Amino acid sequence: MSETIDLAHAPGPRKLQIWRGDLTSGELVEYELETEPGMVVLDAVLEIQRSQAPDLAVRWNCKAAKCGSCSAEVNGRPRLMCKTRLDHLPADEPITVEPMRAFPLIRDLVTDVSWNYRVNKQITPFTPRESLKPGVEVNEKGEFLIDQADTDRMSEFRKCIECFMCQDVCHILRDHRLHDRYYGPRFMMRMASLDMHPLDGVDRLDQIADEGGIGLCNITKCCTEVCPEGIHITDNAIIPMKERVVDQRHDPLLKLLHRTPNKGRRKPPPRTETPTL
Amino acid sequence: MSEQGIEHHDYDVLILGSGGSGLRAAIAAAEAGARTGLVCKSLLGKAHTVMAEGGLAASLGNVAPEDGWSTHFQDTMFGGKYLNNWRMAELHAKEAPDRARELEHWGAVFDRTPERTMSQRAFGGHTYKRLVHIGDRTGLEMIRTLHDRTVHSNVEVFMETTVTRLIKDGDRVVGCFGYRRQTGELISFSAKALVLATGGSGRIYKITSNSQDCTGDGYALAYEAGAQLVDMEFVQFHPTGMVYPPGVAGLLVTEAVRGEGGILRNANGERFMERYDPKRMELSTRDVVARSIYTEVKEGRGTPHGGAYLDVSHLDSDYVKRKLPSMYDQFLELAGVDITKEPMQVGPTCHYFMGGVKVDPDTGVSRVPGLFATGEASGGMNGANRLGGNSLGDLLVFGRRAGEGAAATANASGPVTLPPEAVADAQAEIEGFLHGSGNENPFHMHRELQKIMGDGVGIFRDEEGLSEAIGKLEELDARVANLRAPSDRLDYNPGLQLCREVKNMLTVSHMIARGALLREESRGAHSRLDHTGYSDYWGEHNIIVEGTSTQEMSLTPTPVVKRDELEALVEARKEAEKAS
Repeated sequence: MSETIDLAHAPGPRKLQIWRGDLTSGELVEYELETEPGMVVLDAVLEIQRSQAPDLAVRWNCKAAKCGSCSAEVNGRPRLMCKTRLDHLPADEPITVEPMRAFPLIRDLVTDVSWNYRVNKQITPFTPRESLKPGVEVNEKGEFLIDQADTDRMSEFRKCIECFMCQDVCHILRDHRLHDRYYGPRFMMRMASLDMHPLDGVDRLDQIADEGGIGLCNITKCCTEVCPEGIHITDNAIIPMKERVVDQRHDPLLKLLHRTPNKGRRKPPPRTETPTL
Repeated sequence: MSEQGIEHHDYDVLILGSGGSGLRAAIAAAEAGARTGLVCKSLLGKAHTVMAEGGLAASLGNVAPEDGWSTHFQDTMFGGKYLNNWRMAELHAKEAPDRARELEHWGAVFDRTPERTMSQRAFGGHTYKRLVHIGDRTGLEMIRTLHDRTVHSNVEVFMETTVTRLIKDGDRVVGCFGYRRQTGELISFSAKALVLATGGSGRIYKITSNSQDCTGDGYALAYEAGAQLVDMEFVQFHPTGMVYPPGVAGLLVTEAVRGEGGILRNANGERFMERYDPKRMELSTRDVVARSIYTEVKEGRGTPHGGAYLDVSHLDSDYVKRKLPSMYDQFLELAGVDITKEPMQVGPTCHYFMGGVKVDPDTGVSRVPGLFATGEASGGMNGANRLGGNSLGDLLVFGRRAGEGAAATANASGPVTLPPEAVADAQAEIEGFLHGSGNENPFHMHRELQKIMGDGVGIFRDEEGLSEAIGKLEELDARVANLRAPSDRLDYNPGLQLCREVKNMLTVSHMIARGALLREESRGAHSRLDHTGYSDYWGEHNIIVEGTSTQEMSLTPTPVVKRDELEALVEARKEAEKAS
C-alpha cells in the first residue's frame, strides 16, 4: 500500500541532467524540479518540458509501461521512463537521462528507431500450415486447437512491447554497429514466437541463421537484463534457436539422410533486402 | 503541391490512425485492391489499443455453449441503455466471432480452454463468459497481430505524422494536410476515401486511462468537415483506475481483476456493490460501478487515497500472477503494492467515448462523401454505456467494414486533387502555431481545459456546473486563435503538436458539455444530479451534433435508429429486466 512507499525518499527537490542536442552537438543540461510521491522519470521530464524547456523532445504515449515509446538511458541504464520511480534512484546525485545509443539521434531524448521496423518487415509472418488436421488442429468452426502449454511458451515472447531497449544494449548493435548483419534480440524473439507456433507452416531456419545472423550473438544476456517485461530472451528464445541451427545445419546424420525434422514446413521466399541502420 | 515544395502522396484509401480499427481498416482496404496509406501520430504498434487488457467480446460459445449473437446483442443494448444504433449492435454481435477466429489465423495467440479452443472470461454486463483474452494484455496481442498483417499487406505507413486538416473539394473530402513530427516538414495527401480511426479524447480530463495521443482529432476534423457526431455526452469513466501515487492516478486497472473474482470494499470493509446492484455485484456495468465507487468516496467511506479497495488477495497467488500479470507488475512497481497480499486502491478514470462520428453501420461512411470513421472515432454502437470487451470487437468488425466501404468508394471514383486554397489555408494554420503573433501557451491551456472538464463535466453533472463549464469553454474559444508553440523549431516540437491538439480537445469539450446540458436525464454514463431518473423522451433520442465552429454548434435530438426484425429481442430483454 501507499504506506510502504519509502519515506527516506520523500518528495522534495530533485536534479535531472537531461541530454539536449542533435546529431551535430549536445550536452547534459541540468534542471531542478519539485517532486511528488511516486513520481516517475517521465513525469519529471514532462514537467520540465511544460515549465522550463518547452522544446525538449521526448517520445512517449501510454505512460503505463504498455506501449514501449519512452525508452531512455536513465543513470546509464536503459529503462522505460514511465516505469522508473525517482525515489528508486539514488537521492544524493542528479538523475541522468540520455537517449538510446544504438540508434541515430533525432533530437534530445528521441531516436530514429525505424531500422527496427524495416527488420520486422523482413520476417516472414505467421502462415498456417496448408493442411490442418480436422478435429486435432482445427475445429469445425475453423478455430485453431492449441494447447495452453504452447500458448504459454509463445506468450512469453509476445509480451514484448517493442521498447527496443534489448536492441539498445546488444553489443552487436550498440558497439559493433552490425545492424546490417544481425536482427537483434527483439527480432530473434519474434522469430522464436513464430517458430514455436504449433500450426505455423514456415521454416525460418535460414532466415534465423543467415539474414538474421543469430550466430553473432555471444550470449552475454544484456538484453535479458534490461527487458521491462522480464522476458528470458537469451535462455528461452536465442539459445534454443542457436541449438536448432547447429543441429540441423551440422548434424551429420541428418545431412546423410537429406531430411530435416521440419518437413511439412515451407521455406519462405528468399529475402535479399538487408535493413541497414 | 510539389511546386510549393510540400511532400505529397496520393492514395485510393487513406487511414488516419494505427490503433486496432485503423489497422483492420487498412488491411481490408488493401485486400479490396485499394492503394492504401496509413498515417499515425506515433510509431506503429504504440496506439492506445495496446492498453486494452481484458479481452474481446465474441459469442463463440466455447465456455458457455448457450451463448450466441442474440444474447450478445441484447447485452450490448441493455448496457447501452437502448440508445445504441441497433444495426451496429447487431452487426457487432454477429460478426465478432468471425473476426476473432480470423485474428487467430493471422497469428494471434489467446488463452485456451481445456478443449484447446479459445478461452473466454466473464466481464461486466455480459450474460455469459464471452471475452477472448490472453492474460491481461489482449490489446497488445491484437495490435501486434494487426501490425504485422498490415506491413505485409502492401500498406504504406507514415509514422509520427500529424494531420491538422481534412481537405475538401466542394462537398467531398479529398485528402488531408499535416506535418512530419520528426522534421516538421509539411505533408499533404490526396485520397479518394479517407477513414478516421483516430480513437477517443481522454486527454480532455486530467484523470484518464488514455494515451497522450487521445486528443479527439478525428471528432474535431470530422466536425469541421461537416460531418455529424452522435451522443458525445456519453463519456465512460472506467470504475477502476489507480488513485495513488499522484503520477499514475487514472492508470487503468483492468476489469479482468473483477472478472477473475476481485471484490470491491469500502473503508469500512463493506462489500458495497450489494447496495447498488446485488444481482451483478462487482460485474455490474461500468457506469453503475463507477458511480457506486464515487458515491462511497463522496459519502466518506473512501480509502486513504480517495478510492475503493479492490481485492484479489483471497485468490491463489500463482493464479493472479498468471491471469493478471501486468496488474501485478503495475502495482508492485508503481505503488509498492503486492496485489496477491493486499488490496488495491481504485477510483473512476476517464476511459472511453461512446459518442463519435455518425456513420452508416454497414460501410462506415459519414454524411460527408469520401469521409469514413470507425472504432472509437465513430459513434452509435455502444449507446449510453459500453460493455467491457465490446471495444476490441467493435474495432475489428467496423474497422473491416470501413476499410471495405472506403475501398468500394475509391474503386468507383476518378482521381481527386486538393484545391490549392484549402492547402494554403491549412499551411497558414501551422505557420501561425509556429510564428504567429499569439501568446497562448498550449501546455497551459491544456491544463485549464482539463480543469474545466474535470470540475464541471465529470462523472456527475448538473445544470449549474455545465453552464459554468460552457461559459469557461467559450472564454477559451476567444483565446484559441492565439495559440502559439513556445518554441518555433520544426523538429519534434511538442508545443507545435499540442497547439492543434488543444484546438481539437476544445471542440470535443464543447460537444460533451453541451450534449450533457441538453440531455436532462441520467442514463448510462451520463448522470445528472438535477435529473436523476430516466426520461421516456430521451430514452428514444440520440443527440446529433453538427456545425462549422464551436460558436455555431447545433445539437438536435433525433430518434434512435431501430430495426423491426430486432424489436422482439429488445422487448424480451426489457421484459426480463423488469421481471428481475
